[in-house]
Amino acid sequence: MSIGHTLLGLLESGPRHGYDLKRAFDEKFGHDRPLHYGQVYSTMSRLLKNGLVEVDGIEAGDGPERKRYAITEAGVTDVQQWLATPEKPEPYLQSALYTKVVLALLTHRDASDILDTQRSEHLRMMRILTDRKRNGDLADQLICDHALFHLEADLRWLELTAARLGKLAEAVAR
Amino acid sequence: MTPRPQLTAASPGAGPAPGAREDSRRAVPARVQWSRDLAMGVRFAFTGGREGWVRVLLTGVGVGLGVALLLLTTAVPNVMQARSDREYARMDLVFGAPDKPEGDNTLLVANAGTEFRGLDVRGRRLEPEGLRAPLPPGVSGFPAPGEMVVSPALKELLDSGDAALLRERLPYRITGTIGEPGLIGPAELAFYTGGEDLAARLGDGGVRRIDTFHAQKAPAEKLDPVLLLLVLTIFVVLLMPVGVFIAAAVRFGGERRDRRLAALRLVGADSRMTRRIAAGEALAGAFLGLVLGTGFFLLGRQAAGTVELFGFSVFPSYLDPAPVLALLIAVAVPAGAVAVTLLALRGVVIEPLGVVRTARPARRRLWWRLLLPLAGLGLLAPMIGKGGDSGNFNEYLVIGGVVLLLVGVTALLPWVVESVVARLNPGPVSWQLAVRRLQLSSGTAARMVNGIAVAVAGAIALQMLFAGIQDDYTKSTGQDLSRAQMEVSVPKEVSSEGARRQLAGTRGVRGAVALADSSISDRRLDPVSSVGLTVGDCAALREVARLPSCREGDVFAVRGVQDDTETPRLAEAGRKLFVDPSYQGSTKGAEAAWTVPGGIKEAAPRKDPTGWERGGFLMTTGALPAAAAPALSGRVFLTLDMAVPDVHEHVRNTAARIDPLTEPMTYTATERSERYDSIRTGLFVGAACVLALIGASLLVSQLEQLRERRKLLSALVAFGTRRRTLSLSVLWQTAIPVALGLVLAAIVGLTLGGVLLKMTAVPVTVDWLSVLAMTGIGAAVVLVVTALSVPPLLRLMRPDGLRTE
Amino acid sequence: MTPAGSLLVAHDLRKAYGPTHALDGAGFSIHPGEVVAVMGPSGSGKSTLLHCLAGIVTPDSGSIMYNGREMATMNDSQRSALRRSEFGFVFQFGQLVPELTCVENVALPLRLNGIPRKEAERTALSWMERLEVDDLGGKRPGEVSGGQGQRVAVARSLVTGPRVLFADEPTGALDSLNGERVMELLTDAARSANAAVVLVTHETRVAAYSDREIVVRDGRSRDMERVV
Repeated sequence: MSIGHTLLGLLESGPRHGYDLKRAFDEKFGHDRPLHYGQVYSTMSRLLKNGLVEVDGIEAGDGPERKRYAITEAGVTDVQQWLATPEKPEPYLQSALYTKVVLALLTHRDASDILDTQRSEHLRMMRILTDRKRNGDLADQLICDHALFHLEADLRWLELTAARLGKLAEAVAR
Repeated sequence: MTPRPQLTAASPGAGPAPGAREDSRRAVPARVQWSRDLAMGVRFAFTGGREGWVRVLLTGVGVGLGVALLLLTTAVPNVMQARSDREYARMDLVFGAPDKPEGDNTLLVANAGTEFRGLDVRGRRLEPEGLRAPLPPGVSGFPAPGEMVVSPALKELLDSGDAALLRERLPYRITGTIGEPGLIGPAELAFYTGGEDLAARLGDGGVRRIDTFHAQKAPAEKLDPVLLLLVLTIFVVLLMPVGVFIAAAVRFGGERRDRRLAALRLVGADSRMTRRIAAGEALAGAFLGLVLGTGFFLLGRQAAGTVELFGFSVFPSYLDPAPVLALLIAVAVPAGAVAVTLLALRGVVIEPLGVVRTARPARRRLWWRLLLPLAGLGLLAPMIGKGGDSGNFNEYLVIGGVVLLLVGVTALLPWVVESVVARLNPGPVSWQLAVRRLQLSSGTAARMVNGIAVAVAGAIALQMLFAGIQDDYTKSTGQDLSRAQMEVSVPKEVSSEGARRQLAGTRGVRGAVALADSSISDRRLDPVSSVGLTVGDCAALREVARLPSCREGDVFAVRGVQDDTETPRLAEAGRKLFVDPSYQGSTKGAEAAWTVPGGIKEAAPRKDPTGWERGGFLMTTGALPAAAAPALSGRVFLTLDMAVPDVHEHVRNTAARIDPLTEPMTYTATERSERYDSIRTGLFVGAACVLALIGASLLVSQLEQLRERRKLLSALVAFGTRRRTLSLSVLWQTAIPVALGLVLAAIVGLTLGGVLLKMTAVPVTVDWLSVLAMTGIGAAVVLVVTALSVPPLLRLMRPDGLRTE
Repeated sequence: MTPAGSLLVAHDLRKAYGPTHALDGAGFSIHPGEVVAVMGPSGSGKSTLLHCLAGIVTPDSGSIMYNGREMATMNDSQRSALRRSEFGFVFQFGQLVPELTCVENVALPLRLNGIPRKEAERTALSWMERLEVDDLGGKRPGEVSGGQGQRVAVARSLVTGPRVLFADEPTGALDSLNGERVMELLTDAARSANAAVVLVTHETRVAAYSDREIVVRDGRSRDMERVV
């Protein structure tokens, strides 16, 4: 999961302070693993350096977390690319996929496109596995089956998510 | 719903564990459980959504139709009685009854009945002789001469515009209508008109003096045993298919019901409960059927007043079911419905996960199926030959035997269908589909055609019986239609020569020959020997005898007629004879004296157009003594140009103009006993109803079957099956069992017919034409049903059936 | 934009059942010998798309070209003939005629094409051999398992040597193992006969037997190969 892209995505809906970003991130994606302030700070300075964000203003007070960040054109393009690129099919993708879907909804992009793209990528993998299974021995078959079932589980979760996009959009907008 | 879900008890394969069942029952007494299950079934019948409604409605309508027909049947004896009562309540022209002496309470009645295009018109000329003269039933006042009161049907006919010829014959002013009490049926054509000077015609056959219309009580006549046999057989034959039909109607939608019961098993109903629930559903359908049936019957009763079938019409009030029989129907139909349902469920195990037909039903056995018809034959056998010596048939044995034979059809048919279908080889695809389907469920197919088979078997037997005893009840009239087609008898008061001339001038009359008849005898009073006297011109006399030569003034004695030994004795020259002698205690005859002349010629006998070979004397008109003229009643034989439309009506009109008491008669080759005719009529009416009913049930089960296979049909269409192929397979699927049913029906019908004929001691002959006709009718029903089920089939074959989402 | 060499191409298909738009501008194309999965949630219009492509249902508008011929201009009997000779079908269930034996079921499409019974059943048996169900010949569909029945159905769909095989949730009623076996046999048999397969499914493991997939959503289709 890319924290940088996630924070960038969160900025797309409007400029935010560093602590705002951390709070939004924790609330939406970090249920079991909240971000450290340091992580936010280092990520934002990297993004700043790459020209993906700019400093929109500094509030009176002390500490770097008082800076207000805004996304740049380049930043938006970067988010777009990231969302459109399917994740490499592998076990335990859920957090990355979930983040992408939520961000797409937050930024009013079509989340079902993400799902379709991801399904396509998964299928590509599954075709390879299916092929290997068909030509392989029993051990190959069992190993491939394990992978196939996991990939299928991802996709089923995706399908379910897609079916629930409407509800999710409501929840995210809240 | 259920006291407690018992999933363990409802595991597939094992019935509920006894312990568990006891446990669930402990709280509720069996009686309550029973009524609760039945009630639940009733509720299911009505709350199954649209599908459920359709099912219960189908059953209701089916049972209802059957019930209506049964109620109608129970009303039949009443109808017969009511018609006969009405008939006797207006009996006026009674043969052999002495005329009443004239008084202020007497009425002169003359027959004025006529016929119009094959329809009988009952007509009377009434002349009251005093203020207390009896009024005929249904009439409020005597019509004056030149006026008439008519039945509603006759009024309608006269008003209809194409009855001008009848109107010409009945030119009287219509002053009223005959009320219901004066008619035997709403379609009866009848009128009363005023008469004049009827007293002068009292001696004639057609005029009577009466003081009441109720002289005759309806006799409790015993039906001829052969006719009784016919009636019993007709009832059995017509009612059996109704029973079969009701049994089929109760099972409409059975498969869907079984699936619902399986769902109930899943939530914990035990197998007895499901049976009771199914019984409840059947009860609901049967009760709805009783209600609908009563409704249909009442509607049909009203409609019956407007219908005339084969010249038979009835007033709604006649159609009163006998209370005991109606009660029997009300009890037997629901009971039968439950019995049929439980019987049908016997071969089915309803498991929580679905319906299991008891694995591959045991092969149908032949022996007990054969036993039924054989037992039927056994019951009938002792009565063989009883009909001839006017002996009696044991009604119970007859009914039992006929029923067993016909039930034998329904028992044999499944076996026949199964064994034949199992041997059929698949041919074209449509045939293959049908044959395989039949092989898989021959029982359903057999059940479907049972009704038709029973009806046809019975009808064939009846047809045979009819054809066989036809000779007994159909008399050859002997009338020679090549020589004359009509005869008009002329009363004494009217000159037959004058009548002949008028009739000869009528449109469509080619020739007219007038003859007059009287008798001639050896004594003036109470003669010892008496022979016929026929008077006419030479041409007319040649119609009734072969004359050597003939001139006006000739007299002939007919020689060579069998049984006529008198004529040669009387025809001695110089012997004095008397025309129209008198008899003690009877009206005085003309008693005209006549002496046998010397040159009397001999004539050889010849049949007259009525088929009568006459003996006695023949006189040319000139040879008749003047005093004998009033004693002659004349007849005019007419040859007609049958190509002239309504030629009979023209003749009748002329005859009516000549004198209202003339009696025109149309010749026919044969005439049948009227009672025999009405029984035959009853058979046709009943058969028409029953076949319509069976057709309806066939159609319903056909449609239901199609609906069940909706998905399959769609799949078949998807891979390109032609509509024609599927339609044909539907046809085969019905046609094969029906064909088998008809063959079996023909065999049983011929056997039954043969036995019945033997019972009536009539030689057994097979009327193949009627066998063909009856089987043809059965086949026609199949075609109609198939034709009617093809449009829904085509609709079901639309791809919508493939949509699962 | 018709891809060169396509066997069956559809453009802008629209089909409404009453107020619901089952198809709302869907497209499709398939090459000979290609296996294309049609995926999408329930009620998205997958089956309707298949029914339109197979000429079972006529779309309200849009064009379907099969082998260079426009299906919209064909009448019902021409489309039926096409289905009999060029297409094969496998459905989820309810497709085998319960009263016919398995071999008779498989032979049915051949017999509909007028091939004599003996010959048709011989061919049928050889296909049943390939799908490993030749021992079920004399049994009725009610007497065989779901997987066996579905293999019989696959044999039936291929028996006429169709150029396109339409399979609507062919494994929907089967467990994984049986489903997989049916898919393996189906795709193998189709590939060796160079038949194109239109595979409607919502299971990705089944769709994994395809060469590519299209997604149908709200009556619109999306060809994933060209998007990515």
